[in-house]
Amino acid sequence: MLVSRRLLLAAGLSAPFFASVSAYADTLDDIIKAGVLKVAVPQDFPPFGSVGPDLKPVGYDIDVANLIAQKLGVKAELVPVTSANRIPYLQTKKVDLVISTLGKNPEREKVIDFSVAYAPFFNGVFGPADLKVSKPEDLAGMTVGVTRGSIEDLELSKLVPPNTDIKRYEDNNATISAFLSGQVKVIATGNVVAAAILARNPPKKPEVKFLIKNSPCYVGLNKDEPKLLAKVDAILTAARTDGTLDTFSKKWLGAPLPADL
Amino acid sequence: MAVGLDFGALADYVPVFVKGVGVTVELTVVGGTLGISLGVTCAWVKTQGPKLLRPVVSLYVELIRNTPFLIQLFFIFFGLPSIGVSMGEMEAAILAMVINLGAYACEIIRAGIEATPRGQFEAGASLAMSRFQTFRHVVLRPALQRIWPALTSQLVIVMFGSAVCSQIAVEDITFAANFIQSRNFRAFEAYIVATLLYLALAILLRQGMRLLGTALFPRRRAAR
Repeated sequence: MLVSRRLLLAAGLSAPFFASVSAYADTLDDIIKAGVLKVAVPQDFPPFGSVGPDLKPVGYDIDVANLIAQKLGVKAELVPVTSANRIPYLQTKKVDLVISTLGKNPEREKVIDFSVAYAPFFNGVFGPADLKVSKPEDLAGMTVGVTRGSIEDLELSKLVPPNTDIKRYEDNNATISAFLSGQVKVIATGNVVAAAILARNPPKKPEVKFLIKNSPCYVGLNKDEPKLLAKVDAILTAARTDGTLDTFSKKWLGAPLPADL
Repeated sequence: MAVGLDFGALADYVPVFVKGVGVTVELTVVGGTLGISLGVTCAWVKTQGPKLLRPVVSLYVELIRNTPFLIQLFFIFFGLPSIGVSMGEMEAAILAMVINLGAYACEIIRAGIEATPRGQFEAGASLAMSRFQTFRHVVLRPALQRIWPALTSQLVIVMFGSAVCSQIAVEDITFAANFIQSRNFRAFEAYIVATLLYLALAILLRQGMRLLGTALFPRRRAAR
């Protein structure tokens, strides 16, 4: 009886030490232990992420998410997010990684970390052929549609003259709809979105007017996760060397992976 | 995980919130006034108006009350341009709110009218008033008085519904909060401010409606 009480006491005293140990554990260990990697993926951004015929997400980003999960030996849990809420999802630890066509900029680098690039991506201003625009100044007095919180939004807001009217839509589908329905004649968006619009064969075809930014996609992680970052970087570098990323690029973007990525 | 609140990060964005409040108030006041007018008209048609029009109004009311506001908004903003009816996002937002509130207000006001004792109609008729005069002077005011609190609540709901309009780039309070958190990632602070702004506006709107009620219905207290 006395012994068991002592054991209980010992267990009770040591419990806080065990607790403090697990509080310092790396997210990578937690992922391996749980057997599940939670990844924020787009569902409104084909071909990087969209809802397939079986209502499951498909796309370049989803393939990369599954690749990383597979290399870690865990199951991927895909969490659909929008451009505007993907970083809050990461910050509030609802997901472990953001693989959501995420571009890099100094503001974002203040709050999260980035892996090596995994996909090519550039964005620019697109409009119909008869529209004479070749630089940001030409947009004076015009209305431009953009997805709120996207990298195009942040960059364009700095580039254009003050009298340019920027309409910021909730997500890429709204931006695409605004262009297709003629609510805006000019949009700032990615090459991939413009390709998606072209695929619908609209009466006014979006042509690239000028490039805003060449910003390849990176995997976003929370800060202070060196082990997870190193692991993700290693997996992506290996995938580039062995041609896996090139296969994804050909499959989803119809073009091989650029050599300078 | 330590989450520090930093409202100083919002300092640069005060004008965005100010504009947001302006837009939300504009949407609510214009949408609310026109919507309640539409509701009164529809309620008149349903209770007193031409019998031919009644099924049309019923169809409208049921269609709007049984579909989501967001879909109605998208239909107007993204759908109508394909048949050549194109309008800016503010016009689309106000139109959607008027159509939406009109349907709900119609049913609320109709309930008020139907609760009017038959004797009041007869009293109007005995004073040689036309059916419209009776409706305008004898029936409508006590009917509105009866349903004033319900109408006030519906108006507040419509104001909150205006948050959805930020989806089509209307720059209201919700847009301001989304815009700011997409720039400085201070989601918690931005939404706290947005919440407080909506709360303040809702309280102001309720008090305003209460005062308007006391002015419109002087003989009895409006809010009971």
